[in-house]
Amino acid sequence: MRVLYFAWLRQKVGVAEEEAAPPADVRDVAGLIRWLAARSPGHAAAFADPRQVRAAVNQEFATPDTPVAPGDEVAFFPPVTGG
Amino acid sequence: MATVRVQEALFDLAAETAALTAGRSDVGAVASFLGVCRADDGLSAMVLEHYPAMTERALRRIAAEAEARWPLTGCTVIHRVGRILAGEPIVLVLTASAHRAAALESCAFLIDWLKTRAPFWKCEEFADGERRWVAARAEDEAAAARWGGAGADAPARRREPERAAG
Repeated sequence: MRVLYFAWLRQKVGVAEEEAAPPADVRDVAGLIRWLAARSPGHAAAFADPRQVRAAVNQEFATPDTPVAPGDEVAFFPPVTGG
Repeated sequence: MATVRVQEALFDLAAETAALTAGRSDVGAVASFLGVCRADDGLSAMVLEHYPAMTERALRRIAAEAEARWPLTGCTVIHRVGRILAGEPIVLVLTASAHRAAALESCAFLIDWLKTRAPFWKCEEFADGERRWVAARAEDEAAAARWGGAGADAPARRREPERAAG
């Protein structure tokens, strides 16, 4: 699974993307966040306030219950501020 | 078919407008929104980050939705990324139609959507060296919400904290 980070999540985690192989009991976005948050202090800081975190799975906006699977591209980012 | 571009380069409002009406006699109205980098509080520049694989697809989808909702003869959305200096343009939305209501309404719809549903993030740079990520604004969310389920196949970002990711 490819995990991407944007904006301040990228800065807190310290990388723009990484490969992740979560255990089989990680089935959705919420579970992936809990698993990733335990990887490093940077990950923990990035996911400290889940209300400020948005996600996309395979480039479609996702919700906490969106399923994730090996091979997916999962992105985490703050609320968008374009325009 | 809308013209959608994500680019670092500056764009030319007059040239883009001319392209939308060139060779046509059915256009009665062209509405435009030009977003410009404002120099609030000593801001010197902004760095626009995006999600390349997702951004253009998301923009094309919403432009197609505008074309489905209003009788448009043309539509152009150009969003810049990278470092943008104070005073420079950031985003251009052009909509053309036979009559003004469709052009004006669809232009407002597109920019309201861009503000809240397109994967761009702004980092402000100040003259004193401070860097600050722009926070999402509740007013922008309310403006987008008035258009209803914009992009049924592009789920809105969740507004309720308990439904936020995680």
